[in-house]
Formats: sequence, structure tokens, C-alpha cells
Amino acid sequence: MDSISDFGAILLMQGFNGLSNFCVLLLMALGLAIIFGQMGVINMAHGEFLTIGAYTTYVLSEICQRYAPWLSDSYFVLAVVVSFFIAGAVGLVVEHLMIRKLYTRPLDTLLATWGLSLIMQQVFRSIFGAREVSAVLPAWLMGSVQPLPGVDIPINGLLVMGLCLVLTSVIFFGLYRSRWGVRVRATTQNRVMSRATGIDTAHVDRLSFALGCGLAGIAGAAFTTIGSTGPTSGTLYIVDTFLVVVFGGAQSLLGGIASSFSIAQAQATMEFFLSGSTAKVLTLSAVILILMLRPQGLFSIRARS
Amino acid sequence: MRMKSPRLVTVFALVALAGCSSSEASATSVSAATSSTAEKAPPPPEAAPSGPRALAVTEKEVTVGQLHSATGTMAISETGSIQAERLAIEQINAQGGILGRKINIIQEDGASDWPTFAEKSKKLLVSDRTAAVFGCWTSASRKAVLPVFEKEQGLLYYPTFYEGLEQSKNVFYTGQEATQQILAGLDWLQKEKKAKTFFLIGSDYIWPRTSNKIARKHIENVLKGQVVGEEYYPLGHTQFGSLINKIKLKKPDAVYAIIVGGSNVSFYKQLKAAGVTAQNQTLLTISVTEDELLGIGGENMVGFYAAMKYFQSLKNENNVAFVKAFKEKYGPNAVIGDVTQAAYLGPWLYKAAVEKAGSFDIDKVVAASSDIELKTAPEGYVKVHPNHHLWSKLRIGQARLDGQFDVLYESELIEPNPFPKGYQ
Repeated sequence: MDSISDFGAILLMQGFNGLSNFCVLLLMALGLAIIFGQMGVINMAHGEFLTIGAYTTYVLSEICQRYAPWLSDSYFVLAVVVSFFIAGAVGLVVEHLMIRKLYTRPLDTLLATWGLSLIMQQVFRSIFGAREVSAVLPAWLMGSVQPLPGVDIPINGLLVMGLCLVLTSVIFFGLYRSRWGVRVRATTQNRVMSRATGIDTAHVDRLSFALGCGLAGIAGAAFTTIGSTGPTSGTLYIVDTFLVVVFGGAQSLLGGIASSFSIAQAQATMEFFLSGSTAKVLTLSAVILILMLRPQGLFSIRARS
Repeated sequence: MRMKSPRLVTVFALVALAGCSSSEASATSVSAATSSTAEKAPPPPEAAPSGPRALAVTEKEVTVGQLHSATGTMAISETGSIQAERLAIEQINAQGGILGRKINIIQEDGASDWPTFAEKSKKLLVSDRTAAVFGCWTSASRKAVLPVFEKEQGLLYYPTFYEGLEQSKNVFYTGQEATQQILAGLDWLQKEKKAKTFFLIGSDYIWPRTSNKIARKHIENVLKGQVVGEEYYPLGHTQFGSLINKIKLKKPDAVYAIIVGGSNVSFYKQLKAAGVTAQNQTLLTISVTEDELLGIGGENMVGFYAAMKYFQSLKNENNVAFVKAFKEKYGPNAVIGDVTQAAYLGPWLYKAAVEKAGSFDIDKVVAASSDIELKTAPEGYVKVHPNHHLWSKLRIGQARLDGQFDVLYESELIEPNPFPKGYQ
């Protein structure tokens, strides 16, 4: 193999790497885009909902190993679905006990959910132990495909991409093309007026929060293929997640997509030509600079105030 | 109700995020009543406490401290050390204690927070008047408690392999310092794997950077090899695609990896998914023990090498007994990594030093510690060097599917050299 085609192969893989990073960021941010972007709840415990998804996958993998080894090739699909419902259910409970009392005090949600995240981390630690665990993933998930000689495309990257594509379209359709979406957007724009028009805002809030948490659960399940499963794994993602949502313009889903794309591509390109830490510093600096010039983020909804 | 100022909210969110990495500050004080079976002769008269800080030593008991993170991000690593130290102390008590005195433990939680470590060490030394403390894991926590130990004349047994460049009268380092862990491993790569080109990677903080600096000097000046890349990623980084592509582009004979924490798991999973395995790439790490391998998953690292002084799979009889006792106490699935074993040495070395000195007095214990030998160590024979580090061997292990390592190579005893000339 000569060095030029070699370099071409690396370039191709690096392109895919940028795209795959983009999907990881977007998948993390989808749930928060609803909870923070639409509902205005600064959910610092979002990372822990991700962890719930990861632990759900781990538990299912253990159960499969023990009781149903014939399922071990396909349990992962089940894990994604179950993660959604478990994280969503926990979200429902949290909303009922805590969040619903705080809709009128958005800044207080920050403290309350931060406390919640600490509690959840310690609960994970008490149940699963402080050490990291690893779900046994189906062999077909952990390999790579070779479309061209020398080009390895990781299958887990493809999986994250696929999930991301499906979920983004579903959320996009839900928010902008369905009655539920209209109600959600109406509620977040003016809660009093929405109630006056007959929308059950408490119901809308409850479902939206649970949906956001469920999406985090799915992301957590998917990330067991690329990352760690431990009590504090969620905290690895929370900063980037908020970054994407804030940078994109909190209330715009399109903004979230644009911002995760630009952050991921900038990061991947700079990582390749510079070093990892430098790339991170430069990416964050650029984000700060742009937020100084455009505090509302990349995209914002024009509204009379 | 809409938020009045999205900008304000953004600022608050980011401030809170910055605080996210620090962790919960709950601290528990557990006074463990350790089991006793043997009844031993009355204490010798010479053992009365002396010196500036009166020690909590009575006719029947000696009180020691244990200072690790039981909560927060570091709990993942420090749990093993806590368990090993407790096991050692329990075994010593079962044999009759030290100089006829039972060891009583006061455990404090550093909570993964360095100022908390300093505060708790002060409590252990000043209020509890502990005779020795077994504790700390990260260099940051050790640096935080060091001034306290030196001012209050405490005695610390520190278990982690670390970057070196430190030697204190009040600390004994039971893990390896950097040159012990690095040089022999690189020599092995050159000799056995014919490695001439190296790619150095690490998490971006003091230990990986100092270690890689030593590795680079050794590769360039001694092995006459070439470093084709050196890369650092922030702690907690989860996307290693670009790094993996760079490794593929540079095609090094060996990758030398010092990545820690959750990043470790991401790195090896993504390496495997990108088709880089032991079949086509030699990789040696000094940051993956059996503890970490549990989270990474054996299938994601099988065939890669780790350089440590201890592996759980060592066959010598000391280790077989140690592993058995550890599993009896902490369950059949418990794993023992390098640092856990080093932590286990702490109480035994302390016992040997006190008995040699015939006194619990800190100055006398420190003076007696030099050249103490421990023939019962799970890692084999160890000896305390006058520079407070241990003579120890280096071993190369190859990761197995089941999360253990096959030991392929064992060096001679290596002299600790925390201030290596020509490597700084």
C-alpha cells in the first residue's frame, strides 16, 4: 500500500470520526434540548439519567449472560428500549416530587438538580459499587466494516449515528408537526395563557420532562459501546451537553444540530493537526467568543418581549 | 413563566458546571473494632510515647488513621486500598498486634477533594494523635497533606505508583516511583518486541506528563529509538477517534499509554472498534491494573501489555494466600490491582519498623525503617530503601479475556530513584 492512498484512507476515517462525534454530541443534547431548551429547567442531573441507561444495559447484559445466553446477540436492542422507559419513569417521579414546584424559579432548579445528581451518584455507588463495570456487548457491535482496504469504519459509530438520526427526526416531527409539540411550545412560551386556552400544562410538563430523561437513557445505553459505566460516568458528558444546547440557542432544535456539528467538526479537525488538549481549549475559546457576540446562541426564536 | 434573561441563566449554568467536577463532601468517621483472637504478652516498657506530639498509644492499643476517598470520583480507585489496609491490620491483630498492642483504626473520608484531605489529616494527627496514617491515592491529595504531616510530625504510608520527584522524612512510598515502572518496561519493548518507534499518549496532568518525559528521554538517549508522537487529552475525554487515526497514520512499533479514569474505558473500546487490536499493534500501558480492566472489559484489551510490579495472577505462595484471604473477606469476585497490593504492604512495613525500633516514636520508627525486609509480601521480596521508597521488581503482564493478566516477564529488583539524573 503506498502512502498516498494510506493518507486518503486516514482522511476518510477522520471524516467519519468528525461525523460520529457530531452524532454523539447531538444524542446527548437531544434530551436536554427539551428539558432545558423547551422547558427552561437547568437539569444538572441530566448526566445521571444517562448513567441510568448505561446501568440498565449492564444489568440486562448480566441477566442475559446468566439466564438467556441465546439472547446475548440481540439483547442490546432491548436494552435501548428498556433504558428509555426506566430513565423516563425515574424522570416522571423526579418531576412530580421536585421539578414541578420549581417551574417559576428556573435558577433554583439548578441547585435542586445538582443536589439530585449527587444523590443519584451515591445511590449508583451504593447499589453497583464504586468500581466501573462493563456490559458484555454483542460481538457484532464491537467490530468495524471495511468499505475500502485500509478504511475501518467502527460499527458502534454507525449505531450511534443511526439512533441519532431516528431520534432527531422523531423529536423534530413531534415538536413542530404534532399537537403535543404545539402544546409544549405554547406552554413554555406562556404558561398562564396556555392554561387559559385549555391546555393541561401540568400534564404537558410531566410528559416532556419524562421524555427528555428517557432520551438521556437511550443515549446512556448507546454510550456503553464507546465509554465507561460507573457512578460518575454521566459527569463526563454533562459539560459538553450544556455547551451544545447553550451554544445552539436554547430553544432551537435546529440550533442544537448546528452547534453539535460545528463543535464536533472543529474539535476533530484540530485534534488531528494539533494535540487533544489544545483542540479542546481552542474549541471552548471559539464558543465563548461567539456567545459573547451572540448571547442568544446560534439560532434563536424571535419573540416579542 | 419564561426566563427573564437567558444570558444570566447561561452564566449560572456554566458556573455550576465548573463546580460539577468537585464532589460531595460528606465525611464519615468509622471507628472499627477489629477482631482479636490471640492474647499476647504484656507490652515492653520502652514503648511509651514521646516526642512533641503525644501519640495515641496505650498499654493495650495503638491508634492509626486511614485516609482515602470513600466517596466522590476517586472512590473507584481507592476502595481497593481501603480494603487491603483493613485486611492487613486485621491479620496483624490476629497475630497479636504490634508490640503486644491491638491496632485500632480511625477512618476518615477525603471525599476526592484535596482540601478535605488536608483538613482530615490534621484531625487524624492533632485530635486523634494517630501513630501512623495509611492513605492518599492521587499525587494531588498527597501534596495536599504533605505540609500537615511534616509540621505535625506524622507518618504516612502512600500506596500508589507515582511520578517521583519527592522524598519526605514523614512519608513511605510503597508503590513504585516512575523510573522503576517505566525504564524496564521500555527496555522489554525494545528487546522482545524490537520496538524502535514509540507513540506516547496520556491524560493531561502531572503523572502522565512527568512519566512520558522520562520515557522520552530513555527512548531517545538510551534506547536510541524515536518518539513519533506525544499526545495528551483532558481528564474525562471520551472521544478518541482522532488519536486512533493518528496512531494508524504514524504506525508506531509500540504505543505507550498512560490514560486514566473513565477515559481509559473509552480509549480501549474505541481502539477495538477501529480495528486496532493486539494482532496488529503492540501497546504497553502503565495505568491499567485489574481494577481498571474490570471496567474496560477483557475483550476490549486482550493481548495488550501492562507494566506493574504486581499482578493478581502471580503464582508465589505469599500471593496465593493473600488472594485467598482477600476473597474470603470481600467476596469471590473481588479483584486486586497493583495499588491494592502496595496498600496491603503499608501496615506490615509499619509493624516491622516499630518492632525493629522497639518504640512507636515517629523518629525512631523512621530511623529503623531503612533496609527493612519483608519476605511475606504478595509481590515477593521487598526492601525499604533509605530514600523511603521500596526496592521492587517490574513485571509485564498480558491482558486476558477474563480480566486477569498473564505474567510474561519479571525484572531483577530495581533500586528506587525518585530524583533520576538525566531524566528531568
